[in-house]
Amino acid sequence: MSKAAEIDIASVSKIYGKTTAVDAISLKIPAGSYCCLLGPSGCGKTSTLRMIAGHESVSVGDIVLGKTVVTHLPPAKRGTAMMFQSYALFPHLDLIDNVAFSLKMAGVDKVTRRTKALDMLKLMQMDAYASRKPAQLSGGQQQRVALARALITDPEALLLDEPLSALDPFLKIRMRAELKKLQKQLGITFVHVTHSQEEAMALADIIVVMSEGRIEQAASPREVFERPATAFVARFMGDHNVISGKVVNSADGLVTFEIVGGGTFSAAGKPRTPGADVDAAVRTDHVRIGESPIKGLGFTGIVSNLEYRGGTIKLTIEGAGIAEFTAIVTDKAFYAAPVAVGDAVPLHWDIEDAIVLGAPNP
Amino acid sequence: MNNLLSRATPYLQAAPLLLILGFFLAIPILLLLIVSFWDYDFAGMYPDFMTLNYAETLGSWVTWKTYGNTLKFAAMVWAITAFVGFWVAYFLAFHVRTATMQMVLFLVCTVPFLTSNIIRMISWIPVLGRNGLINSGLVGAGVIDQPIEWLLYSDFAVILAMVHLYTLFMVTPIFNTMMRIDKSLIEAARDGGAKDWQIIWNVILPLAKPGIAIGTIFVVTLVMADFSTVQVMSGGQSASVALMMRNQMSLLQYPAAAANAIVLLVLVLFMVAGILRIVDIRKEL
Repeated sequence: MSKAAEIDIASVSKIYGKTTAVDAISLKIPAGSYCCLLGPSGCGKTSTLRMIAGHESVSVGDIVLGKTVVTHLPPAKRGTAMMFQSYALFPHLDLIDNVAFSLKMAGVDKVTRRTKALDMLKLMQMDAYASRKPAQLSGGQQQRVALARALITDPEALLLDEPLSALDPFLKIRMRAELKKLQKQLGITFVHVTHSQEEAMALADIIVVMSEGRIEQAASPREVFERPATAFVARFMGDHNVISGKVVNSADGLVTFEIVGGGTFSAAGKPRTPGADVDAAVRTDHVRIGESPIKGLGFTGIVSNLEYRGGTIKLTIEGAGIAEFTAIVTDKAFYAAPVAVGDAVPLHWDIEDAIVLGAPNP
Repeated sequence: MNNLLSRATPYLQAAPLLLILGFFLAIPILLLLIVSFWDYDFAGMYPDFMTLNYAETLGSWVTWKTYGNTLKFAAMVWAITAFVGFWVAYFLAFHVRTATMQMVLFLVCTVPFLTSNIIRMISWIPVLGRNGLINSGLVGAGVIDQPIEWLLYSDFAVILAMVHLYTLFMVTPIFNTMMRIDKSLIEAARDGGAKDWQIIWNVILPLAKPGIAIGTIFVVTLVMADFSTVQVMSGGQSASVALMMRNQMSLLQYPAAAANAIVLLVLVLFMVAGILRIVDIRKEL
C-alpha cells in the first residue's frame, strides 16, 4: 500500500552532558521489515528510537531514511511517525480530531481531513467510537487510535515506543498479533522498542539486542536465540546457561576451558589463546540427565531447586564451580529417573548445544 | 451506645468545618440579607421588611453607572492578566528546563506579595505622578513638553495597579494546569507536524482552559470587590461598587449597603456560574 524505507543508522551517538546514552551504533534496518530494539531499561533503545523519530537530536553520526539524510530534519519532515508509550492522545479532542490532527496542522480542509480520519478509524475498526474522547476508551482501543493517528500521515516507517507495556497480559498478546498483521498489510518498516524478549521473538524480523548504549547483536530471532553473540545476549534472552572460564586449548573447532577451582568444559567456537577469559552458552532445554559419553560436555552437581512446570521440570543445579545451572527436562525424562533436592545428578549435552560466546563489551 | 457513636462519627468529623463555614460565611451572609430589608435613618436602623433599599439601589442611575464602571475594570483587568498570566505560565512550564529554576522563577513572581496591597499601590504614585519618575524623565529627555496628566489618578492608573496586584492569581492556576500537561502530547503534536504556534493554539491553550477559568474566577471576584485600589489610584474620580458601599457605610446607611452587597453577591455568583458552565474545572480540584 505505501512505500517502505530502509533505515540506515551510521555510527550514531547520543551524549547527555557526561553520560553517553547511545555509543556509536551502526545499524541497517531493511525496508519493510519489523525490527525490535530489545534491551533492559537504560540500554539506549528508546534514545535510538527517538533519534530516528527526530524527537532527540543526534550528537554524532547520521541517520538515513530511504535516500534522505534525516539527521537534522524535524520529525514531521522525515516520513516517520511515532507511537508513544502512553499513546499521547489529545485528551480534549474526540477520536476523529485526534486522528485528523496532523492533517489539520498541514492545512487540509475540515471535510477532507475528517473523511480521511474516519477511513483510518475504520481500518482500525474504531469508527463506531469516532465521537468519543480518549478517556472513554480501553487501553487496547487507545492503542488502535494512536496507530490510526500515526498512520494517517502515510509514513515510510512507524516507530513504536513500548507500545504494549500499558496493556494487561492477555490484551498484550492480542494487540501483538494485530501489530504484526498490520505491518504485513501495510508493508512499511516498523521499529518497535521493547524490554520483553518474548514480544521481540514473536514480532520481529530482526532483533537488535542493546546494552549500555551499544548493539550486542542484530540478527533474526532464531539466530539470536540459537546463537547468542555475547554472554549478555545469552543471559538476557534466557534459555541459556552461561559458563565462564579460562581457555586451556583449542582444536578442531572446539575450545576447551576450565572454571577456576571447577570442571573442564568444551564448546564449539573459533580458536582462542590459552589463558584468555571465555564464556560459553549451553541451552537449558537441551540438557539431559545422565553421564556424558564425551568429556567436557557435562558435569555432576547437587540439585538445589526443583520447579514443576507441567510438561517440563526446571532443575537448578550447583557444582563443578558453577553456582547456578538450569536444566529443563521433559516430564517423561524426569519421572523415568526422578531426583530430589540435595541429590547428586549427572548432566550432559550434545556438542552443538554448547557454543563459545563473543567477548563482552570492551 | 456503640451503634449511636458510630453513626454520629461522620457528623462529628464534619462539625469543625461546618462551624467555621457557619460562623464566618453562612451567618454573616444571612445577617446581611436580613439587614438589607431593614429601615434606617441618620440615627439608626430599625427591623422591618421593606424592599425600598433594593428599589433605591436598582432604581438609581448612579448604581447602574457604577456597576458598568466596575464591570469595565473587571473586563480590562481580566483581559490583561489572562494574556500576561498565560505567557508567564507558558514560559515557566515549557521553556524553563529544570524544576529548580522553575521553582526559583515562580517564587520571584510571588516576591511582590511579601508587601501589603496598599504599599504596592502607593509605590506607583511617585512613578506615575505629575512630577513622578516617568513624567520628569520624559520631560527631561525632551520627548514631551508638558507632563502627561492621565498617568495618575485615572482609569489607566487603576487598571495598571490592579494588573500589578492580581496577575499572580492568574499565573498560579494556569502554571499549575500547564505543569500537568503530559510532555509527550507536545511531542505527539510535533510529530504530527505542528509548528510552535499551532501547538500553543491546538494543544496547550485548550488544555490550560481549567487554569484560565480558575484564574478568571480569582481576578473577577477580586476586582468586583475592590475599593481601595479604585479610591487610591483614581484619586476619587472613579467609582466602584465596593467603594459605593463603603461610602454608604460611612454615612451609616447600613441597610442600603447591605442591599447593595446582596446585589453584588448575586451578580458575582452568576458570573462564576457562567465561567463554570463554559469550562469544566472539576479535574483541577
